[in-house]
Amino acid sequence: MSHHIVEVVHLKHIYPDGTIAIKDVSFRVTHGESVAIIGANGAGKSTLLQHLNGCLEATSGQIRIGDTPLSKGTMPDIRRTIGMVFQNPDDQLFMPTVFDDVAFGPLNLGLVGPEVEKRVSEALIQVGAEHLSAKPPYNLSGGEKKRVAIATVLAMTPDILALDEPTSGLDHFARRQIMLLLREFHHTKIFTTHDLDMVLELCQRTIILHEGEIMADGPTGEIFQNDELLAACHLEKPFALQQCPVCIRGTGISKP
Amino acid sequence: MISINAAVIDLKRLELLADNDSPIHTLDARAKVLVTFVFIVSVVSCDRYELASLFPFFIFPAVIISVSNLPWLFLARKLALISPFVLMVGFFNPVFDQTELYQIGHITITGGWASLASLFIRSLLTVGAAFILIGTTGFAAVCQALERLGIPQLFTVQLLFLHRYIFLLADETCRVSRARELRSCGKRGLGVVSFSSLVGHLLLRTWQQATRIHRAMLARGFVGQFHARRQSSFGVAELCYLLSWSLLLITLRLVDISEIIGKAVTGILK
Repeated sequence: MSHHIVEVVHLKHIYPDGTIAIKDVSFRVTHGESVAIIGANGAGKSTLLQHLNGCLEATSGQIRIGDTPLSKGTMPDIRRTIGMVFQNPDDQLFMPTVFDDVAFGPLNLGLVGPEVEKRVSEALIQVGAEHLSAKPPYNLSGGEKKRVAIATVLAMTPDILALDEPTSGLDHFARRQIMLLLREFHHTKIFTTHDLDMVLELCQRTIILHEGEIMADGPTGEIFQNDELLAACHLEKPFALQQCPVCIRGTGISKP
Repeated sequence: MISINAAVIDLKRLELLADNDSPIHTLDARAKVLVTFVFIVSVVSCDRYELASLFPFFIFPAVIISVSNLPWLFLARKLALISPFVLMVGFFNPVFDQTELYQIGHITITGGWASLASLFIRSLLTVGAAFILIGTTGFAAVCQALERLGIPQLFTVQLLFLHRYIFLLADETCRVSRARELRSCGKRGLGVVSFSSLVGHLLLRTWQQATRIHRAMLARGFVGQFHARRQSSFGVAELCYLLSWSLLLITLRLVDISEIIGKAVTGILK
């Protein structure tokens, strides 16, 4: 049995106000894959991601992590298996110091003393934030907060990383740092994002969500070449695949 | 709004003080919680007009602050912040209670003034003791100690969430008020109408963020228990700490040391 496989089967989610966020979504992510879930605002990306570790309960359908279906009984194990990095690091960092925040997960796993300290320092070293250990999280910059948020999850040694908008709100340098960091992880990775250039660099596979449904699921390179599909889903090609705006000026070619 | 922001950061600073390594900090949290409880009960149970017998109780904060190296000026500032509220509570005491208690020259001290002063000193002592407890122990450890002392987990977890969410509420209040101020052009905005809507939004927004934080906690294995980083057990040091302070505090409560000292001093002077 591998814990690194995520399977979503006919997932549907309706919010209490009647909004249908996810209509009927099915996909399977296998061991070591790096998959991006993209879509316009309100497409259902974050809602879908929050189902993966039981933060939201499906109206119908099933989620399986490895051979284990997600249920109340299996949730503690599944939450250790899937490390969830939230979109807003302020939601994820709530303890007095960075050390305490990173130690929160390992302490909940029942670890004590030196074992907790080892996990915390390893996770902080992994994200290059060991010097922030004693600082209060609210004094960190956006990029630092994002790194620490990732460390809080790594300290629980998850098999799968689920990241909600990992590069949103970051400057170019911090974005590049986070991307380099994520590239080094050999976990199964699932991203939701609007940063399509990051998707192009980090994800072999892309799933497009549009109004709660999967419009496309396939190799990233192929999906980003399909202009009609992208336009129908209110998306634009990544900048790296667009023609240079300076070069096309005066050539009569319209910008895609 | 700057003041609310500063108060929140100060509260967080208080929590950070608990990471020090003084002899008081390293004691098991249960001993500190119990001593603080004995202290608060001793102070609160004094008579409403009592003034002189309250002063010896200052020995407890004085000793703990000096041994644990807490920044006393910082704590004093925190206490100064709450003093207007205390004065507000006892504001009408001098008006309604005209019982004559002391006569100093031509000035008569009424029961109302004495009870207001007593209330003020008792609040300084008790709130100060609570600050000291948090500053030497940390909120999570205090709640864990309460649980280990037999308080149901339901209550201790509520306390912890209250502590977490109070920061959220304060942050959110700062943001919302700033947005309102900036669009009020120095006037009162739309008065009560906009204020009531603002408060409603504030609650809903805080609720939403609290839900997100709770989800983040659940995602990291939270099952209703906060774990304090410092592991400790109730040993000989804790027993000595508890017994010696309890003995002293109960003695101070039962015996009016101020009076004895006063009589001794006046006796010598005679």
